[in-house]
Amino acid sequence: MRAVASYFAALLLGAIAATPAMAQEAPVPPPQQWSWQGPFGTYDLADAQRGFQVYKDVCSNCHSMNNLHYRDLAGIALSEDQIKAIAASVQVPQGLDDQGNPKDGPGTPASMFRAPFANPEAAKAALKVAPPDLSNIINAREGGPDYVYAILNGFTPAPPGFKLAEGSNYNEYFPGHQIAMPQPLHGGDVTFADGAPNTIPAEAHDVVTFLAWAADPHMVQRKQIGWRVVLFLVVMTGLTYAVKRQVWSDVEH
Amino acid sequence: MAGQLHDSDFKNPVIQWIDTRLPIFTMMQKEYAVFPTPKNFNYFWNFGALAVVTLVIMIVTGILLAMSYQPNTELAFDSVQHIMRDVNYGWMIRYIHQNGASMFFIVTYIHIFRGMYYGSYKKPRELLWMLGVVILLLMMATAFMGYVLPWGQMSYWGATVITNLFSAFPIVGHGIVTWLWGGFSVANPTLNRFFALHYLLPFVLVGVVFLHVAALHIVGSNNPLGIDVKSPQDTVPFHPYYTAKDSIGICIFLLIWAIFVFFAPHALSDPNNSIPANPLQTPEDIVPEWYFLPFYAILRSIPNKLAGVCLMFGSILVLFVLPWLDTSPVRSARFRPIYRREIWLLVLAVFGLGICGAHKPEGIWVPLSRLCALYYYLHFLVILPLLGKFERPLPLPESISKAVLRRGGGPLPQGVAAKPMEKA
Amino acid sequence: MSDAVAVHGHGPAGEIAKRDFLKLVTGAAAAVGTAAVAWPLFDSMNPAQDVLALSAVEIDLAPIAVGSGITVMWQGKPVFIRHRTAQEIEAAQTVPLSQLIDPEADSARVKPNHAQWIVLIGICTHLGCVPLGNKPTDPRGDWGGWFCPCHGSQYDTSGRVRHGPAPANLAVPAYAFDTDTKLKIG
Repeated sequence: MRAVASYFAALLLGAIAATPAMAQEAPVPPPQQWSWQGPFGTYDLADAQRGFQVYKDVCSNCHSMNNLHYRDLAGIALSEDQIKAIAASVQVPQGLDDQGNPKDGPGTPASMFRAPFANPEAAKAALKVAPPDLSNIINAREGGPDYVYAILNGFTPAPPGFKLAEGSNYNEYFPGHQIAMPQPLHGGDVTFADGAPNTIPAEAHDVVTFLAWAADPHMVQRKQIGWRVVLFLVVMTGLTYAVKRQVWSDVEH
Repeated sequence: MAGQLHDSDFKNPVIQWIDTRLPIFTMMQKEYAVFPTPKNFNYFWNFGALAVVTLVIMIVTGILLAMSYQPNTELAFDSVQHIMRDVNYGWMIRYIHQNGASMFFIVTYIHIFRGMYYGSYKKPRELLWMLGVVILLLMMATAFMGYVLPWGQMSYWGATVITNLFSAFPIVGHGIVTWLWGGFSVANPTLNRFFALHYLLPFVLVGVVFLHVAALHIVGSNNPLGIDVKSPQDTVPFHPYYTAKDSIGICIFLLIWAIFVFFAPHALSDPNNSIPANPLQTPEDIVPEWYFLPFYAILRSIPNKLAGVCLMFGSILVLFVLPWLDTSPVRSARFRPIYRREIWLLVLAVFGLGICGAHKPEGIWVPLSRLCALYYYLHFLVILPLLGKFERPLPLPESISKAVLRRGGGPLPQGVAAKPMEKA
Repeated sequence: MSDAVAVHGHGPAGEIAKRDFLKLVTGAAAAVGTAAVAWPLFDSMNPAQDVLALSAVEIDLAPIAVGSGITVMWQGKPVFIRHRTAQEIEAAQTVPLSQLIDPEADSARVKPNHAQWIVLIGICTHLGCVPLGNKPTDPRGDWGGWFCPCHGSQYDTSGRVRHGPAPANLAVPAYAFDTDTKLKIG
């Protein structure tokens, strides 16, 4: 009986050990250090603000972020005036005109982020493949921020002998190595007001920070509340244990 | 007899007025305060209470979510985003509900294991056990439909795969699937009705839980020794002894749940479900949530579709007849030297099935899933019936209080052995 | 019953007091915890961030000609904004308060230096219909303000009720001028 059990256990452990990350035909993205990792992590707001600039100037030409509104940018410490200015600088749908036709107008803080295309069909018509919405991209990919960072840095010339399909680009970390997106960052794509570096890795780091915030804007509050809840429950466990011992002190058990 | 007030023992005039007309206070006093409960419970007996706490929390968070959720394919995904981003504390309510499903299954699976290990399904608790299996089925239906609601890629494709299963049944199969869908694929009518049913079933669950607890209170609880209560010395009143003990379990349970909600909310979820559903693009791997993985593995272990479906449902249906499959006159595994080791093989097989379910059905996973599925059925259909006949149980203690006095509840010295499987 | 025991808390009664104290603390902590959890659940039913973002609305006043008015939606209610003519302002300011059903000076219903703009919640104070009067072609009642077609209430150029059955003046929402041509309501 014990032998059978050990055989099973060995089989199971072997099975667990043999489970790689489901990366299929692409290497595992190298782990990076992110400011928000761990139970005490927070978003580096300066990085996030620069990342927003990268999104606005580069990515938003193809990628929408339909779950974000300009007022949300207060979460990366942009001021109300800055937000109003950013919103007003873009034309967004503003309902219908007197003839009943859709009209555009300057954005307000309440407006959704301006989408580059009215709908996925329009995006596909323009670009052959509809670029995914970036609101939740960090949550929507295995490997999260490490993966997105690796993709942004992973554009290299195709190795000799590799058959690259029409309209595809070679990327080190994209599963199958053929990604429809052309290399978005080349270094120097944006100039940061605070003079921070704008190499590909630096821009990628900043935009990933921004995207991580965009996918999980309440993270800091979540962890702060979390600590209080955990501490409270640890204390309650101790208290209830003491009460139980007292209550049961007169019973043989 | 019309006009007869109930004879109430309560002194407080308001309570008395209510109680003489509707004796809820008398009932609570009888069933939850003075109710004689075996005094030798271990912490495995906490899990029923934990399941009730989970159910209540799931209903409360679920109702709050339903205030903002939109059950329309065009709006569903974004309505969940709205909850996460714009509704005050919406992110917290959603994470509690999402991780609560996992907590509910952890707690229930352990609760079921307790029942199996200590023979809580044996006479006179067969109906209690069967009501429990009904609860498990309701939980699975509710969780399955709930997972579809966010309308992510896994929601859509998981729903497509599982509803398509019913087409395996000959003749009526396709009709059933069209009826389930309300159309020709998983689409808006499906989502709408899943929402309606997902809201309804938890309340049906509450009703069945009530029956489950009522059935328990008729026969009384089992205990780790598996022997009947002989005298009041074997018991303590439920309050304050077990209200106090259950409180500890509740605090630890909430602590684990809180760690998931606040520090690892996505640990148990699939990234694909953060992508809005796309009927034209199938994800690389269609995987259900972890609590369905063993059943998924059984389903995929057989190349024949109908056989896979039958074996998958069968793995739960076999639980219904467990009280009659297990022929041993002894309840608790403590006194069953073979069963108490063999049951861990069953546990291993279920874990094995779970791991297989997470992988594509290729390579080693196929024979492994077949081996584990085979063992699962062997355990219930062959090993248990035979074990009852051939196993030599250890001598049972005379009573709970005597066993407890000896600090361990082990077998008594020679000449004091009691009869196994006393009648209630 | 020994007084000493009750006072000093020693002996068997003291043991009970200690046991009760622990239970009291535990019970109180549990109550606090429950309340702490209940608040976010309750707060989740308060207006969400997107609703709050629309709690104020900004209007461009430049296209509104003298003598005409527009209706905008604010927090689900119609708001009348009229660009009053000099005669309308005069009529509003010179009415003796004793003649008013609901006495209120015009100056209390407009912003200083912006008397030409009257901003009103366009809901009749009788039973809630939306009065007519924004377009020059609309019936405006005998006092040149607004006329409610449901039961005949009439309001003057300051939105004050002059003829019932409405009991009160049209309400004035909280508003401010960002600039002379930009109005923020709410």
